[in-house]
Amino acid sequence: MNSETKQARPRKGFLSSLRDFFAGMYRLHVFILQFFKNVFIPPYEWKEIINQCYEIGCKTLPLISLTGFITGLVFTKQSRPSLSEFGATSWLPSLVTIAIVRALAPLVTSLIVAGKVGSNIGAELGSMRVSQQIDAMEMTAVNPFKFLVVTRVLACTLMVPLLVMYSGCVGILGAYLNVHTNELTSFRAFIHSAFASISFLDLYSSVLKSAAYGFTVGVVSCFKGYNATNGTVGVGKAANQAVVISMFAIFLEETVIVQFVNSFLR
Amino acid sequence: MQQASTIQNNGLKETVISVHNVYKAFGSLKVLNGINLEVERGENVVVLGKSGSGKSVLIKIISGLLKADKGDVQVLGQDMNMIKGKDLQKLRLKIGFSFQSSALYDSMTVRENLEFALVRNKPQMSRHEVDEAVKKVLNDVQLIKSIDQFPSELSGGQTKRIGIARTLILQPEIMLYDEPTAGLDPVTSMEINKLINQVQDEYKTTSIIITHDLTCAKVTGNRVLMLYEGKFLRQGSFKEVFDTTDERVKNFYDYNFITNP
Repeated sequence: MNSETKQARPRKGFLSSLRDFFAGMYRLHVFILQFFKNVFIPPYEWKEIINQCYEIGCKTLPLISLTGFITGLVFTKQSRPSLSEFGATSWLPSLVTIAIVRALAPLVTSLIVAGKVGSNIGAELGSMRVSQQIDAMEMTAVNPFKFLVVTRVLACTLMVPLLVMYSGCVGILGAYLNVHTNELTSFRAFIHSAFASISFLDLYSSVLKSAAYGFTVGVVSCFKGYNATNGTVGVGKAANQAVVISMFAIFLEETVIVQFVNSFLR
Repeated sequence: MQQASTIQNNGLKETVISVHNVYKAFGSLKVLNGINLEVERGENVVVLGKSGSGKSVLIKIISGLLKADKGDVQVLGQDMNMIKGKDLQKLRLKIGFSFQSSALYDSMTVRENLEFALVRNKPQMSRHEVDEAVKKVLNDVQLIKSIDQFPSELSGGQTKRIGIARTLILQPEIMLYDEPTAGLDPVTSMEINKLINQVQDEYKTTSIIITHDLTCAKVTGNRVLMLYEGKFLRQGSFKEVFDTTDERVKNFYDYNFITNP
């Protein structure tokens, strides 16, 4: 192989990757349009939506409880030394609550859902695709997109905000435990102080962006699983990409949404 | 465009599947090179060929799971190149597809697998009618005892039978079998062959059976076609197809004879 060929290869690879990236983005947008086309057209798969809400919501509760509680507890514990230097430990409840409501609960919960639910959806739909179960649905005149994708995306979009609210409550409870242990603050005083600095916009934006994160996890995971190829290797790849791309998209969305919400808070 | 589902000259034969000059390639790999096929109502047509010869691609094109690059495909009078949406769904109710891997839904029991398409396509049916339909097809494939089992608890032959039962519950006019005996022992293979003939008799279906198993071809086929490098090499009765000096056909026969004595 001569040096010219060696130099030419990386450039071709880059262009090819770029083309694949834009082709993938195009297919993802077509997939999202297909979701909106199918979501309003009856018949509705209510039973499967409820089943998916249970799978995504209830079965994630133990993990969310643990991480939410520890996040609140550890964040309070780590913030204490800095605040006590200025004699401002009384600000802890409001500081921690703002952090939990505005950023920690939505972000941590969505990332956990992306990891647990995203990989599950990617692997499940991927294996259904490679074992021809999706083709079998088509051949029995059942719309697999409506049954498999619409139900899962809706369940993710509905359940992530609920999980975020729950995670926020558990996180604040963790924070209270730390504050109570150190300052013997009553629960009533803690809650009064915590919510004094929280506005409706904080709660509203938190719930709304959680729904966006849930939609992202649902759509990306379903897209990767539904279009899986290459047998078992493809299933693993679909599950992996579902998690990685969902997490990446959540961080991007968080950056944009924070800028947007802050412009209202000013 | 002329409809395929027309009564032919003698007024007795009705063509339900018509494939004319069909081409299909995946990238640079040419799979089908100008295939022509006519299947009459009530016929069991066997398509023989070695792995990778394009047999499964052919029935996927006939079922509408794949689109042909070029050529006409008509099924029950519908142009498969043009049909889509609700019309395609309606047509698919008349086409049963038995997948090589059976493709049963892992998360559902046998009963739920069978009910799945029925309750969605025939919502007017009562719970009792659905139960009766499920029990009838399970009795037909002799697996009523497995009604509450999951696919993972069934043997290879049983999953094939349930896969066939899942298509039969919709009472299709056409059955497409993709390698129905692949991976099965000779005794179970023969049971599946008998079931294919039984389905033809009881449900009056028209079938295309894709296989590389000569016993399956001999037992189930009214007509046998030999697919080789994307084209039909020979067609006729089993005896007519293999009564030849063509090395390509003889090799295929000898190979089967050696591996399935």
